[in-house]
Amino acid sequence: MTKMTVGQPIKRVEDKRFLTGRGKYTDDINRPGQTYAYIVRSPHAHAKINGINKAAAEAMPGVHAVFTGDDTKDLGGIPCGWQVHSKDGTPMAEPRHPMLAEGKARHVGDPVAMVVADTREQARAAAEALEIDYQELPAVSDTGSALGDGQPLVHDDVSSNLCYDWIIGEEADADAAIAKAHHVTEIDLVNNRLVANPMEPRAAIGEFDESTGEYTLHTTSQNPHVIRLLMGAFVLSIPEHKLRVVAPDVGGGFGSKIYHYAEEALVTWASAKVGRPIKWTADRSEAFISDAHGRDHVSHAKLAMDENGKFLALKVETTANMGAYLSTFAPCVPTYLYATLLAGVYTTPIVFANVKAVFTNTVPVDAYRGAGRPEATYLLERIVEKAAREMGLAQDELRRRNFIPADAFPYQTPVALQYDSGDYLATMEKAIELSNYESFEDRRQEAASRGKLRGIGFSTYVEACGIAPSAVVGSLGARAGLYECGQVRVHPTGSVTVFTGTHSHGQGHETTFAQLVADKLGIPMENVEISHGDTNKIPFGMGTYGSRSLAVGGVAIDRALDKVVAKAKKIAAHLMEASEADIEFENGEFRVAGTDKTTAFGDVALTAYVPHNYPIEELEPGLEETAFFDPLNFSYPGGCHICEVEIDPETGVTEVVGMTAVDDFGRIINPMIVHGQVHGGLAQGIGQALLESCVYDESGQLVTGSYMDYTMPRADNLPSYTVDDHCVPAAHNPLGVKGCGEVGAIGSPPSVINAVLDALNPLGVRDISMPATPMKVWQAIQDAKMSQAAD
Amino acid sequence: MSSFEYHRPTSVADAVAALGGGDEATVVAGGMTLLPTIKQRLADPSDLVDLSGVGEMKGISEEGGAIVIGAMTTHGEVASNPVVQAKIPALASLAGNIGDPQVRNRGTIGGSVANNDPAACYPAGLMAMNATVHTNKRAIPVDDFFTGMFETALEEGELVTKVSVPVPDKAAYIKFPQPASRYALVGVAVAQTGGAARVAVTGAGQDGVFRVADAEAALSGSFSPDALDGVSVDADGLNSDLHGSAAYRASLVMTLAKRAVAAANG
Repeated sequence: MTKMTVGQPIKRVEDKRFLTGRGKYTDDINRPGQTYAYIVRSPHAHAKINGINKAAAEAMPGVHAVFTGDDTKDLGGIPCGWQVHSKDGTPMAEPRHPMLAEGKARHVGDPVAMVVADTREQARAAAEALEIDYQELPAVSDTGSALGDGQPLVHDDVSSNLCYDWIIGEEADADAAIAKAHHVTEIDLVNNRLVANPMEPRAAIGEFDESTGEYTLHTTSQNPHVIRLLMGAFVLSIPEHKLRVVAPDVGGGFGSKIYHYAEEALVTWASAKVGRPIKWTADRSEAFISDAHGRDHVSHAKLAMDENGKFLALKVETTANMGAYLSTFAPCVPTYLYATLLAGVYTTPIVFANVKAVFTNTVPVDAYRGAGRPEATYLLERIVEKAAREMGLAQDELRRRNFIPADAFPYQTPVALQYDSGDYLATMEKAIELSNYESFEDRRQEAASRGKLRGIGFSTYVEACGIAPSAVVGSLGARAGLYECGQVRVHPTGSVTVFTGTHSHGQGHETTFAQLVADKLGIPMENVEISHGDTNKIPFGMGTYGSRSLAVGGVAIDRALDKVVAKAKKIAAHLMEASEADIEFENGEFRVAGTDKTTAFGDVALTAYVPHNYPIEELEPGLEETAFFDPLNFSYPGGCHICEVEIDPETGVTEVVGMTAVDDFGRIINPMIVHGQVHGGLAQGIGQALLESCVYDESGQLVTGSYMDYTMPRADNLPSYTVDDHCVPAAHNPLGVKGCGEVGAIGSPPSVINAVLDALNPLGVRDISMPATPMKVWQAIQDAKMSQAAD
Repeated sequence: MSSFEYHRPTSVADAVAALGGGDEATVVAGGMTLLPTIKQRLADPSDLVDLSGVGEMKGISEEGGAIVIGAMTTHGEVASNPVVQAKIPALASLAGNIGDPQVRNRGTIGGSVANNDPAACYPAGLMAMNATVHTNKRAIPVDDFFTGMFETALEEGELVTKVSVPVPDKAAYIKFPQPASRYALVGVAVAQTGGAARVAVTGAGQDGVFRVADAEAALSGSFSPDALDGVSVDADGLNSDLHGSAAYRASLVMTLAKRAVAAANG
């Protein structure tokens, strides 16, 4: 009998190649006759391009071609995959997003030209010889003021910088509840802009085979089929059967590699023009000004409560920065992935949100680990913390009074979602116990004796992931379906190759999916290979983001396995001369029920491909099945994160001394991988709360354009985590699985800030924005001292 | 990067000669600043004169109450040198906290002082310890050597050959790292020699490293953290950026100075 692997912390099978430098990333691939592209980018946030003189650049050594917007203006623009409608029913403003600037550059880093040469150095040298006549224009970069009078317009054909003005819920109901409430807590918040910073910068190789008319694009993507669809159908007019997109090993994405980028289409299109493969690889500085950024909200919220602290209504107004152009998923992030989560884990009966999306002269903003849900969680958990202080209730007590009870599921929220399962009180109780919350005051006093301010902060959250239900997302504006595809190919000797439309770029799919397959077929994991990332191998796929790989892609594989087993049972019945209805399958063995007659999975596989003794009139030979899975609902992980910090009041340095995360993942396949995902998410959550911030100055120049100024979390910024779980199976997929990839980044930021505020509360500090850098904390302490002195 | 001529002389004299050869010739010591600058195409030298083969610019010795460190000695060598560790542990500690292991194994004391980055650690440590910078032409007291941001007293064709650091009675250096780059947002070095105290600050000043006269006067009376109560530095003239306002830096200078004195006293 093969040992069951599901639920076991199996070491990741992909790690051998990653840890020994044998991974094969896009930049590791070199094609015969390959040339190199250098993208010339706007140094200005907003500029008219009066003309480009290519002559000198074209004459430089090794140069094959120089392309500008004049060359690409008749091709499609970079498409947006989601259409949001404003409250008056009008569709969002959707200005053209050209591959190369057409007369105007709209952000620092906006592609203006592409030089193709024999070597990277030649391409770059030629780029410096390009004469571009820029006429600088006033720029707008600040989210909160982008709609103000007299602001420069980002797009000439959009009459203001408004992309859409969207609402959910009934404003009048919220206003009425607020008007008669016992107490209303108000808060103003900024959710800081972030740069995803995957370890591997983006890269792309375009190639055209003149003899077949086929194009191939190797690219750093989280979803090669989506790139094939967007680029082939909307930008370059290449049909699917003539376009292959390969996303090989990819070194992290965090959302930033979901989107279709201009560079992908440029190298693909130009490879036919030049007649040679073209490689482009971003350097880190380029990544800062060309990878889609994340977050960037400015919000005002009101929470109405009765005399017992019971939430009556929440009203939220948010301005969300889209950047200069609409990236692939951008419009849905601050709407359907944000406002629909504003009920959170609470029974708030009335929720109203108004979201205005704005254009600015900045890099496009799109989904970044958590996408919308961290913004919702941050807003809710900050206002709940403030409400508890104003009501004189303990942090856990106010939450207890408002949690959706465990027996209330399925729970319909006032903002469209129906949560399928969860137990928010249980996760909080477990986190309280693991964090030693009860003895916190002792630790606070001990820290005080060392001159340190110690604080503890809560965050209780729910998120919607397993991004799927196609009908639902379609009704919300998605221009694609969000099912997933799995194909199981049983080979004649019983080994198995699984083709999945999801994409692993750090998540460990080659291990987790292999565990599923091994257990279901009763074969060793070593006999299972997981294949992904190539549109010529995988039937179809929507890729990996929104913590969807297992809850959607894993279930598709499971469904295909069901089909394999069903067919194999027929073959086994024939071999054992029994009725199909009497065949049982367990531990890799087919058995005639109630007898000791068995046949092994491998024998059945061989029979399927060597059908000498085979029910050929009823059954085709071969053993290979494909399934598509489109669940009826999202999955809803939730949990409680409790952070403990110590602050040095003289320097303002915040040290995270404890981080307890208790999350509900549904059924867990590999606890080591799940907890590893939580570790990474927490690092990014603590990063957002204390360290990371993407800052533009008023002229639209990126101030934090490198690691000299953009603070990435490092090991010594992070505590040793306490990670645990309390799981309730998901109701809308047969595996009962939820997601785990984003929870750390969704749940943790408010717990960190709430801990900082708890530490600073005795000094009179009531607010601090992310990231709570040493200078900001020090300044908040000085301001509070000044204010108290003035009193 | 563009093409350049590469030279690897084996003596100071040959290095100086090679430096005079090209129109835009420059020396490379550890290359920790120069190479990234070239890669970013912010520098385009015609000739690179690599000093790594100059034996007379390497090594650490004790000479008449001072530690003498060859210009091409790496931060890692200073940090791990038993003589430095025994005689001036504060200097070993300073060197051991510059950058990361890769930087410490390439970067040199000569390169650091000649570059005089306003956020570098060595200028503060050497100024507090009243070091002397030796060149192929002369000996320059540290107070005269660092003249402004990325500016030194070095003249055309003049190379730092060694640095001589008098052994102080007590010393300490504390760096408060800029969160992103981890260069010194503010770094404060204190040293006491024969009852006289010196306090030098890096990272904070618009003109680079500077001494704090009021703090020195207070500490020369009593070398204790409490002696600095009531002493402050003026925020005017201090750097202000995303990571630290001038007022924040001014506050950090005194906080770190007190902590450095406490550390120096053990």
